[in-house]
Order: sequence, then C-alpha cells, then structure tokens
Amino acid sequence: MSLLASSGPSAYWYLTRSSGAVALILLTLALVLGVIDVGRYSSVNWPRFVVDSLHRNASLLALAFLGVHILTAVLDSFAPISLVNAVVPFTGSYRPFWLGLGALSFDMIVAVIVTSLTRRSMGHSTWRAIHWLVYASWPIALLHGFGTGSDVKSTWMLAISVLCLIAAVAAVLVRVASGWPEQLNRRAAALGGTAAFTLGLLLWLPGGPLGKEWARRSGTPTALLGHKASKGQ
Amino acid sequence: MSTAEIQLEHAPGSGQSQAGSLPRLLEGVPAHGAMSLQAHLDIHGEPPSARRRDRRGASALIDQIEQAGLGGRGGAGFPLARKLRGVAEGKGRPVVVVNATEGEPASLKDRTLLETLPHLVLDGAALAARAIGADEAILCVCESATVAQERAAAAIAEREQQLPGDWARIVLANAPQGYVAGQESALVSHLNGGEAKPTFTPPAPYERGVRRRPTLVSNAETLAHAALIARHGARWFRQLGLEEQPGSTLLTLSGPLAYPGVYEVEHGASLASLIEAAGGIKARVRGALFGGYSGTWIEASALSGLALSTPHLSPYGATVGAGVVALLSEHACPVAEVTRVTRWLARESAGQCGPCVHGLDALADTLEQAMHGGVDGGHAAARIEHLAGLVARRGACGHPDGTARFAISGVEVFAAEFADHARHGTCDACARAPELPLPAHPGRSAGNRG
Amino acid sequence: MAERVSVNPIACEAHGMCAELLPERIVLDEWGYPIVDERPLPGELVSHAQRAAQACPTFALLVERERSRH
Repeated sequence: MSLLASSGPSAYWYLTRSSGAVALILLTLALVLGVIDVGRYSSVNWPRFVVDSLHRNASLLALAFLGVHILTAVLDSFAPISLVNAVVPFTGSYRPFWLGLGALSFDMIVAVIVTSLTRRSMGHSTWRAIHWLVYASWPIALLHGFGTGSDVKSTWMLAISVLCLIAAVAAVLVRVASGWPEQLNRRAAALGGTAAFTLGLLLWLPGGPLGKEWARRSGTPTALLGHKASKGQ
Repeated sequence: MSTAEIQLEHAPGSGQSQAGSLPRLLEGVPAHGAMSLQAHLDIHGEPPSARRRDRRGASALIDQIEQAGLGGRGGAGFPLARKLRGVAEGKGRPVVVVNATEGEPASLKDRTLLETLPHLVLDGAALAARAIGADEAILCVCESATVAQERAAAAIAEREQQLPGDWARIVLANAPQGYVAGQESALVSHLNGGEAKPTFTPPAPYERGVRRRPTLVSNAETLAHAALIARHGARWFRQLGLEEQPGSTLLTLSGPLAYPGVYEVEHGASLASLIEAAGGIKARVRGALFGGYSGTWIEASALSGLALSTPHLSPYGATVGAGVVALLSEHACPVAEVTRVTRWLARESAGQCGPCVHGLDALADTLEQAMHGGVDGGHAAARIEHLAGLVARRGACGHPDGTARFAISGVEVFAAEFADHARHGTCDACARAPELPLPAHPGRSAGNRG
Repeated sequence: MAERVSVNPIACEAHGMCAELLPERIVLDEWGYPIVDERPLPGELVSHAQRAAQACPTFALLVERERSRH
C-alpha cells in the first residue's frame, strides 16, 4: 500500500478525472440536444427521431461515464471517498461541500433518467417537471468540477469547461427565446439566473479554484495536503 | 326562435282516439307551465309496478324496448336496448345519465319536454334505472336553460312526495353550454369533476363512467318514449312509423312557416304534411337542413316528395339526427348562413385534437373567403372538399365529421350561390338577420384553444 | 388478428417522429398531424411500428391488436 502511495497517482485517480471530464462533455451534449429536441428543429439530414435518439443516448452514456467516475473515485485509495459520499450529498471528509455538489447533481440526473425510462407510469406534466431538474443539475455539476477537480488549473480542462459553459448557456438562451417558461416573470427569472450564474462563476474562479491554496480552502483533509503538492494540485 | 310553440301533429286520416295514433309524447301538452304528476298519470296511466331490483322484470323491460326497436333521439340513433344491455353487464352499480343538454342550437325538443312534460322524462329515467339495476339517475340540463331546470326540479319534488316507492333517486345537474359539452364522454367527464370535453382513452362510459361505474347516457326524448313503451308495449310503439325506424319522434321545425316549433310525427310522415300542420310556408324555400348543425342540407327541389325518416333521407346523405328540420327561406343568403354556422362550429371545438382545431378553422376561412369574393370558386370548392376529407375520423369525437358534413352539403346544395359569391362577393342578403339560430354569447371555446 | 397502428388524437402534439419512422403507414397533414393508415400491419412492419410508438414523446401512437375506436 505504501509502495503504491509513494510511486505516484493510481490508475483510478486518472480514470476518475478523465471520466469526470467526459461526463461533463456528454451532459452538455445531452442538454444541447434536449433543447434542439424540444424545439422541434429538424432537417432532411437530421430527422426528429435522430435528434431524439441522440439526446437519449447521450444522457445514458453520460450516466455510464458518471458511474465510472464515481466508482473509480471510491476505489482510489488516495482520497477518502465512500460510495455513500458519492450519492448522499455533503457527507464525507474530502472537500465535503464541493464533492457533495457532485452527489447532488448525480442524484438529480438519476431522477431524470429513471423517470424518463418509466415515463408511461406517470402523467406527462409530472415527467416534465422532474425533467427540468437538468437545468439545476448541470450548473451544479460544473461547480463540482471546479471545486473538486484536480485538473482545474490545467489549460485543457479549463478549455473544456469554458466551451461546455458556452454551449449550455447558448442552449438555455435558445430555449428561453422560443417561449419557455410560459410566464414572463419566470422567463425573466431564468434569464437572470443564467446571467447571475455565469457572472458569479467568472468572478469567483480567479480567487477560488484558480487561486492559491484552493486544495486547503476547499476542505481537503490536512493529512492529504502534503501529497497534493506533489500531484500538481 | 325565443319560445317554442307546441303544436300537435295530426297524421291525416288517423283519429285521435285510436291507440296507435298521434299525439303520443305530446298528448295533453299544456299551453303554459308543466303537466302535473297527477295529470300525467291520468293521461298515460301508471307505470308498470315492480319491486326494486326485480331482475326478471328488469330484463323483460329491456326485451320490450328491444322489440319496440327504439333508437336514440339524441342524434346517433343507437338502439336503446343494446345500450341498456351493455351497461347492465358492467361491473359495479350502474348510473343513469339523462342527457337533456341539447347543445344543438336549432333544436328545442328536449328543453320543451322538460318544460312542459317533465314526468315523461323522469318516468323514463326511473324505468331505465330499474332496467339496468341503477338506483340513481342524473338529469343533465344546460346551465342556461333556467326554465327547464326549475320545472324539472319541481317535478322531481312532486315525485318524491307522491311516489315514495320510486325506485331511483333522480338528481339534477348542470352542464356548461357548448356544442360538444353534451357528447357522451364529455358529459361524463364533466360529471366526474373534469372538463366537459370528449375523452379518447378507454374505458368507455358504459363500462366505467360516472364515479367509475357503468353509465347509461341517454337522450331525454329517448327515455320519454321508453316510458310509454313500458306502459303500452312494443306492438303499440310499432303501430306508427316504419319497420326499420318505428314509432314517433319529436322534430324542431323552423323557417318561413306560420307556426314553427316542436312537432311530433311518426317516422316516415311526409315533410309536406308536417309543413301543412305548421300552417304552411310563408315564403319560398331555398333548401332545408336535416338533423342539426352536424347534419345535411337538401335542395328545395327534392323537398316536395321527402319523408321524415332516416331510410328516406339517407339517399341524400341525411338522417333524422337530433330532429332538426330547418327550412331556409328565399330571403336568406345560404352562403352567409352556412359560413356563419361553420365558423361557430369551428369555435365550438373542444380544442383537443389538431386536425379538428386546424381543419375546421381552415374550413371556415375558406368559406369566408368564398363568401367575400375575389377567389377562384372551383379552387375554393376543391379546398373545402379536401379539408372535409382531411378531418373525418381524425378527432376524439364526431365533431369535425359533423361540421364537415354540414359545410360540404351546404356548398353542394347551394353551389350556384357559392360560385356567385366567389366571383362577386357578398350579396344584399348577407347582412340580413340570420335565420339559423346561434347562442347569444360567443362559443365556449372562442379564442380559447383548449 | 393482426396489429394495427392508430393515434390518440388528444395526446398527439404533432411531433412527427412517427411519420419519420413508419412512413409506410403514416404521413403528416399540412399542420403536422399524422394521417394513419389503419390497415393491418404486415409482419415486417410490426417492429418498426413499435419503435415509432416508443419514440412518440406523448405516447399518442398505439400499436394494437384490436379494432381501432372508429
């Protein structure tokens, strides 16, 4: 065990980071495809059933990668993350808040996917209301990535995150512009929320995860802090 | 028509004292107010007595109605006996719903029955309840028919007082105004606390309707006939009318007549004799609408030899339907009338099914364009025919089919007038007061798509 | 008794995926609503019909053994 620790990060550690990044990309793709789907955009080369199938498949694939992301994080011996921590938000000792956001987002995504798979057994409006959780789970997932991610300062991860953010914000703007939510004050709230989130994020990042000593500030157990420096935080 | 004039149709050559003659339903109809329970029993006799839940008596009643060949008087003509059997076989204690909503604007017969002869309807409701093993009957009246509501309520109170052994509890219920609100599944949905809009998903009301119980929905006039069949028998009922369509029926006759109103005729009576009984026509007739606003137009030249029964009317694509016989006078503009009613029917859509909502709107649009002129008449006619075919059987109820039938037959019967309008635009008669009645306030779903 | 395809006209919201997946039996009218050929389905179309029914977002498309409502 100690031999493993001193020889560097385990395969699980790399897997959990990479699968997390891929999951973010797939979740963003699912969101964008979902907006295209509900917007009923279609062309000769992109029939509606194709967009719909892609949307469903992207979400299922995202769930699969989330499964890998969680499992490898749990299996990795570096950080004390248990399976419970991964699904019950804000429990655990490793960066409890930021990890907890991940658990929260995951719970929401599971709810959305399970209800979608069992659509027939509930009313249309029930299914739809639960489906709207995606608009919450996505930003929460992004924050989780910024808060817990060890690659947050690397250029490639930043680029991925920024591109996904742009895609997601664009999708939300298109959705709102097409007339949803129906009540105008709710639409204003949706726009305002999106703007506030984006702005808040941009203001927070430099002093937060991109700033100094984020590992300590985010709640990494002190026992692990020394090692963190050797992993390039 | 603001008030109905009740007239008695005397079939030429038949004496009033004969058992198999008219009037039947309308016998002794009072000129003012409703017939009392005592007067009703004096004229028609006591209803067949029976103990509650007497199953042999119940099935004998259904047999009698089957032998009499009584068909529904709400428009569809569905055999009542088959309906009774279907409901009686359901699971749970059945419920009777008496449909007196009469959403058909040109029809007054059901309202008239409730206002003047409520005990006929109530007798029928009680008998139907007994026949299927129900202990409750719900009498549904349009919320705007206040006189009918009052008289029905008074009659129900009379029965509760004087007929304590009556085998069914009869309650009054209001239904919203609307053309489709009286459709069977729409009415049941309303009684269950939902909207008065037709439903599509099974089960059908006869299996699971009001409060999830097997529900018989029957037109008020149909049950009135049943009340008399129970007293006088199936053979008596068949002494009038035709083999295929026996008995008598109520018609609402309107148009340029001395005495428009509600008449009772035997099926197969000639239109000419009915017009004569109504005091004759006061102006030339351009054409006539049969059935209701979901019915069919027939041109004037065909009217002289016409008889009032579905077998006689079906060669023209028409049925007796809800009993509307609306004659259009030479003073009216048939194009304006057909167009106006079609637009109203389009607005009366429950708004649930795309083909109905869009198709009927497009139909009304095309008619209006043809009416105001400047369009190619042949092209408009083709479009109307195309739309009529497009909406048929693609809704949850028969509303789009009926509207299409009304519009298409109107365009065909009045082809010359439509062609004329398409070329020259509106005529002088377009602006005249309409002859086909429509409710005073806008259609239920006007500007409101479900 | 063969399977037939039919539409619940109240549930239908004109998404149009059914017409894409079963063009042999469904075409869309000028407003995007399906015109369904309710004749019995030949064996090779049944799986396509079922896929089309599953793709419908409102479950308006039905593949049934019994007679359709009309």
